[in-house]
Formats: sequence, structure tokens, C-alpha cells
Amino acid sequence: MMEGSSAEEALSVSASSIRITDVTQDGDVLTFAIASQKLDSSAGVCVFRIYEDFDWLQQSLFSQENLPGLQGIIFPPLPSKALTSQSNTQTKALKQLGFLALGQDWQSYCKAMEFYLQQVAAHPTLCKCTALDSFLINYESPGKQRGRKGIFNRLSQAVEEMRKESHKDVDNFFQNERNKNTNLAALSKVATEKLLDVVMTEQKLALACGHFSTSLHLCVNQDDAAAVAFSKVCLKLSDVIEAVKQNFEKVASNSLSTLGLGLDLESRYQEAEKEMLFRRTCKLIELETVKKSTEKAKGNKREAMEAFQKAVEKEFNLISSVAKQEIERFHSSRVNVLKNFLIGWCELQLNTAKEFAEFYSQHLEACRNMYSE
Amino acid sequence: MSCMKRFCHETRSHDRLHHTLSRRLRFLRLLLLKMAEERDPPALSGSAQTEGDEDLFVSAMESPEAARLPAEDTSPSSNGPKAEPMLLDDDPDDLFAEATEEVSLDSPERQPILSDGPSPAITPVTPVMISPRVDMFDRSPDQDEDEEENRDTFDIQISVSDPEKVGDGMNAYMVYKVSTKTSLSIFSRDEVSVKRRFSDFLGLHSKLASKYMHIGYIVPPAPEKSIVGMTKVKVGKEDLSSVEFVEKRRSALERYLLRTVKHPALLKDPDVLQFLESSELPRAVSTQALSGAGILRMVNKAADAVNKMTIKMNESDAWFEEKQQQFENLDVQLRKLHASVESLVCHRKELSVNTASFAKSAAMLGNSEDHTALSRALSQLAEVEEKIDQLHQDQAFADFYLFSELLGDYVRLITAVKGVFDQRMKTWAKWQDAQMMLQRKREAEAKLQYANKPDKLQQAKDEIKEEIEEWEGKVQQGERDFEQISKNIRREVGRFEKDRVKDFKVVIIKYLESLVHTQQQLIKYWEAFLPEAKAIA
Repeated sequence: MMEGSSAEEALSVSASSIRITDVTQDGDVLTFAIASQKLDSSAGVCVFRIYEDFDWLQQSLFSQENLPGLQGIIFPPLPSKALTSQSNTQTKALKQLGFLALGQDWQSYCKAMEFYLQQVAAHPTLCKCTALDSFLINYESPGKQRGRKGIFNRLSQAVEEMRKESHKDVDNFFQNERNKNTNLAALSKVATEKLLDVVMTEQKLALACGHFSTSLHLCVNQDDAAAVAFSKVCLKLSDVIEAVKQNFEKVASNSLSTLGLGLDLESRYQEAEKEMLFRRTCKLIELETVKKSTEKAKGNKREAMEAFQKAVEKEFNLISSVAKQEIERFHSSRVNVLKNFLIGWCELQLNTAKEFAEFYSQHLEACRNMYSE
Repeated sequence: MSCMKRFCHETRSHDRLHHTLSRRLRFLRLLLLKMAEERDPPALSGSAQTEGDEDLFVSAMESPEAARLPAEDTSPSSNGPKAEPMLLDDDPDDLFAEATEEVSLDSPERQPILSDGPSPAITPVTPVMISPRVDMFDRSPDQDEDEEENRDTFDIQISVSDPEKVGDGMNAYMVYKVSTKTSLSIFSRDEVSVKRRFSDFLGLHSKLASKYMHIGYIVPPAPEKSIVGMTKVKVGKEDLSSVEFVEKRRSALERYLLRTVKHPALLKDPDVLQFLESSELPRAVSTQALSGAGILRMVNKAADAVNKMTIKMNESDAWFEEKQQQFENLDVQLRKLHASVESLVCHRKELSVNTASFAKSAAMLGNSEDHTALSRALSQLAEVEEKIDQLHQDQAFADFYLFSELLGDYVRLITAVKGVFDQRMKTWAKWQDAQMMLQRKREAEAKLQYANKPDKLQQAKDEIKEEIEEWEGKVQQGERDFEQISKNIRREVGRFEKDRVKDFKVVIIKYLESLVHTQQQLIKYWEAFLPEAKAIA
């Protein structure tokens, strides 16, 4: 049970109503329009935020005080800042953001930011953070209050950290969870990248079809009867290829908006869990180190050390119990999330396949009728 | 296609290779059979055929002037098998027989190699004759054309199949089975199968080109040679790219034959009949670049190029000028299209590779997943993606054989068309030369009137008179030849343009059929997957 959470500090808007309704780009800066529904009235709220505001929110969540066991929380992952300046090529953007860099007008990116807000708002503990409420409803952006860095930094790949990461656990439950998480985090990252490759190739194919279709159009000429007949055929083929192009575009965007987003989210969430587990492991190492020092201490020092050890132990246990709850919550919610994305993806692809099967069939019938001599 | 090679070097077992390829063949052939059922023949596979001008190929005889125009020979001498000298020396030549340089679409060496010697050209006015089957041939090419129009069924089916490797190492070569099924009476049997190797096809083309190109017939070009492809096959590399190479060649050979017999005059040509029916065919050698004949060819080619530059033809017929321009434009357009399609095929193959890769990663995710229903759904997802991968491959296959090869065939065919226009120019030049000679002789005669030596005068006068007669005859012949070739070309171009439209129409329909098929498969896969996804949690 979480201590120190004030029941009166609740979010004043409905978590599921949070939407990013629009995004505008001015030079290098993206501005998001965030709408939500107030809980106590039918009024809607709309605010404008930039990336730095999101970052401020995340840092505020990290640095909440009087929340013991905070380190056991799996924090909803915030997408990286989008590289918006012209000098950044698509390859750089892809490397940084993966799926979120694709799609028209930052659609996927907005969706991911929206998920982030919804997940923070739906979290039983995090939703009570005042920073969230002010983020969502204050007209003024919280930007003025920037500067507070959270206690958590992103997991770096320092050798020392890696050593810590593989530190053996005292609890089987957690050891298993850590092993599984390491595995799943890696696999889901790979799956996301592979799906991204597929989508990119589909887009390339759409482009190639476009070129082919245009080239066919250029074959049209009216010089004589034979040329006219040939031109008609070329135009027909051009139409067909144009349809193939649209087909690819549709299939790619279907994947992008469903499974792509889903795998991306899953992959980043696994990383978020990894960070939480790492924090706990670090705490464990700290505890074990303190225990060793305490044993060696003598006299007055020993008493002080024992008191200190007790505090650390208490902290560790709190973190562990919070972590356990978080893990269970995470497990059930991620299955649901993936399920919804998979269903959405399948339904979209099925519809697209039906749509184009119909289209191609019509074309085929028309051609057969036209060409039967 | 470097794309093809790059993405084809997958780590698949040999069996799976053949299985994959035969499955794709079945897919395409199913489509083709469906097509054949629903409409009358010609059920032409692989659509259009081409004029691949094999310049490095000369049939049996070693004799000068590959580009000679023996128009004087009005008698229909037999151009059948007995005239072939038996140059059957094998092994040292085999090394190069089929393995000359890669001839790309843009190869400058796209002039037809004309056969020398024993297949003397027949003048246009005399129909192609061969002793045993005189009855079929007493008609002009024009009549043939009309009859072809009136015929409802073009009743001949040819297939090239069963590629077999014969021999070992660098002396190895592929042999193909050529099967003909027909009810036409010019054939001695309804069904016949023979074994032919690649150089036999080249030999056939060379003979036909030498007989007909100079009178304005568009002779379909033979498929291209390929050192790289053949060397791999010889060396015994049984990877996907050599299997695909052999299949590509097989298909090209089939299209070549079908296009050749579609031509009413070529269908009746004794060399064609012999090719299709004779169990033994004299080896067509001298196809390699480095023989004496080869050197000679290069010299003649150079001479031809110079001639082309210096012949300034006074075109009295605007039709020819327009048509030539049109063909130039068409050439450019088709090449562009061909490049577009190659890029399409390349990306499709890339998509297939990526889809397979994604399928694997999904499978691994499914395996590591604890939640049973999610795990099962992910594994199903992997299976669906694998099936989609196969669809992509099949579609790439269709793209390639329907479009890429069609366009490539037509680019080569256009080169043959241009060649025929060039022949007309040469014919005109010859006529003009004859006129010039005649003029000179007449001037010489006039001069003789004022000569001094009376004793020699009469003799000289007689000689000159003879020569003048001779050249008058040549001038008349030259004019006739020019008119005939012009007439033939007009007819051939008309036929070409009609065929072109037909071929493309056929391809569009086949392509649409493949698209519909793919989509229907996709619908099946997604409908099967949806309940699995819904069953999670």
C-alpha cells in the first residue's frame, strides 16, 4: 500500500478522454493541442504544449517527494523529442524514432504522445501528481518552472551499469521477471525494427509503382490509329498500376497505425520496466553493501550503521512491493493493448484486401469485355 | 539484374529451391491455363517475343560479306538442310558457344548477324519454296497475311521445357525439349518433340535473318546470351540464381519460337520446320566472337556503320520518315518502362525478404511469451506473414515474367524493326548506285562517239552497249527491290503494331488475374487470423 499519497489530489479530467487533436509546426517547434473532458462538468479543456512541457511533466513525475517506493513504479515511457529541423534526414529521424517518424504530419508521433498522457492519467499513483493536472488544464504552459531534474537518468550503457544489471537477485519472482524482461525487451525491439523494414519497403514499392504508372502515361500519343490503340492499352495499365500503388500505401499505413504503433509501445514499455527493475537492483546492491559495512562496523558506528541499514531495507521492501503490483498491472494491461492493436491491424488489412480485390476484379471484368474480340 | 542476384542468394536448401520455383511456375501456368481456356488461342505464354539481334553469330559457312544482298538470285534454290556443311567440331568451340559476353539492352552490338552462304536469300516476289511441299507455297506474302486474318484459330502450340544439363564443367551445355502440337498440314506430324540447345536457336535466327531481313520482314530476335549465367550453370552451381537463370532462358526461348511461328512467312520456312521437327540438327557453330568469322563480322559491322552515316536518302514517302521517328520514340519509352519495372521487381523481392524476417521475429516473440493466448496469436501472426511472403514472391515472379520480359522483348524487337528500315535504305542506295553506274556507262558510250581509234571503236561500242544493258537491268531490279521492300515493311509494321496491342492486352489481363488472386489469398489469411487475435485474453 502506497503511503503518503493524498487522496484529495486527484486528476480533474477523465483519463480516457485525453486526446491530442492537432499539431502544428512552426520552424523547428511542434505545438500539440491537447483536449480533455472535465470530470465534474461536461466542459472540455484544450491546452497547447510543446515537447519541453512533456519533458517537464515526466521529470516532475520522477521527482515527486514523499512517495516512498516511487522507484518501484514503471513510468510510462515518453517518446524522444522529434527531430524537426530540415537538416535532419529521414534516416536520422527513423533511427531516433522508428515508427513514430513515419506517417503524415506527425500522426503516429502524436498518437504515441497521446498514449503517454493517457497512461500517466490512468496510473493509480501518478494520476495524483499535481504536475499532470496543471499540464492538462492550465492555460499557461508549465515551462517557466523548468529546471528540476529528476533523480533518474536514462539507463546508460556504462560497463558498470551492465555489471549491476546482471547482479543476482534474492527473490525468485524478481529474478524470473528480470530474465523474461531482458528477453522480451530485445525481441520486441527486433520485431518492431523488422516490421518497420517491411513498411518502408511497401512505401518504396508504392513509389516505384508511381513511377511506372507515370511512365506509362508518357507513352500516349495520337499519331495514328495504331498508336491510339496502343495508347489506350498503356493508359489502362497505368490505371491498374496506380491502383497497386494505392494498395501498397494503404497496407503500409494500416500497419503503421496499428501494429507498428503497438510494437513500438510494447518495446518502449519493456524498456521502462527494465529501468524500474534496474533501480530496484541498484537498491539491492546498496542494501547488500550497507549490510557488509554494518557487519564490519564497531561500537557507536555500528549502531548508526544498523539504523541506516534498517532504513535502506525498509526502502527496498517498499520498492519491491510497489514493483510487484506494477509488474502485475503491466502484464495484464500489455496483453490487452497488444490484443487491441492486433485486432485493429487485422481488421484494417482485411478491409483493404477486400476493397482491392473488388477493385481489381472490376478492372479485370472491364478489360475482358473490352478486349474480347 | 543485380537486385535479383543479391536477393536471391538466400540460404535455402536445394530441394526447397526447386520446390519454390516449381510452385511459382505452377502459379503462373495456372493463370495461363485459365487464360487459355477462356479464350481462343494463341494462348501465348510470356506474351511478346523479341528481336534480339545476335551479332556474334554466323551459321556454318565461312564466307565473306555477312551483309551481302544476293538479290540477283531469283531462283528458289533449296535452302534446306543439305546445304549445311558439317562443321561438327565440338569441344574446343563449346567453351564459347553459349558463353559470350552479356548482351544488355543497351549493347551497341545489336545488328543482326546474317547467315552466309548456303541459305541464299530469296527475292521477295518468289514465294519461299521447298521441294516436297510445293502446294502450300504458291501464294504471295500478301495472301498469307489475309489468310491469317481470316483464320480463327492459329493452330500451333509450342512449348520449351525440361532443361537438362549435358556434359561436365566448362564444356557442359543445357538442352531443352521443344514440343510442337499442331494441326497445320505443313507439319509432317501432329505432335513432335525434339531436343535443342541454345546455339541451335541462335542458328535458326541467323538463317532467318539472312533470308528475310533484307526484304523487309521483321524477324523476331533470339534470346540473349549470357556468360555469367551460363558459366554458373556449367560450373554446377545449383543456387537460386542459376535455377532462375535457366527458367528465364527457357521462357525466353519459348516466347521466341512462338513469335517466330506467328509470322506467316516464317512459319512455313523450311529452316523453321526443320528446327521444330528434325531429330538431328547440324550444329550451328561459329557463334563465338573470336573466330575468323567473328573478326569479319566486326569489320563488316564497322563498314555498315559508316554506310549508314553516309547514306543520305531522299525520302519520297513521308510514312517511312514518320514511322522511323515513332519507333525512335517508342524505343525510348519502352526502355524507360523496362527500367521502372525492374525497380518494381527488385523492391518486391526486398519486401519478400523483409516479410520473412519479420515473420521470424514474430515467431520468436510468440515463443517467449508467457500468456498462452497472446503467444498463440503471435505464432499465428508469424505464419500469416510467412504465407504473405510467398505471395510476394509469386507476385514478383509475375511482375517479372509478365512485364519485365515483355518490355525487354519489345525493346529488342524494335531494334529489329529499325534494322529493317536500314535495309530499305541500303536497298535504295543500291538502286541509286546502279543508276549512277548506268549514267556513267551512257556517258562513256557518248564519249566513244568522238574517239580516235576506229579499229577498237566497234569492239568498245559493243562492250559498252552490253554493259549499258546490264546496268539498265540492275536499275530496274533495284527499283523493284526498293518498291517491294517498302511494301513489305508497311505490311510488317502494320502487323507489328497490331501484335503489340494484342500482346499488351493479354499481359494486362494476366496481371489483373494475378492481382485478384493475391488479394483473395490475403482475404483468406486475414479472416483466419482475426478470431485468433480476438481470442486473446
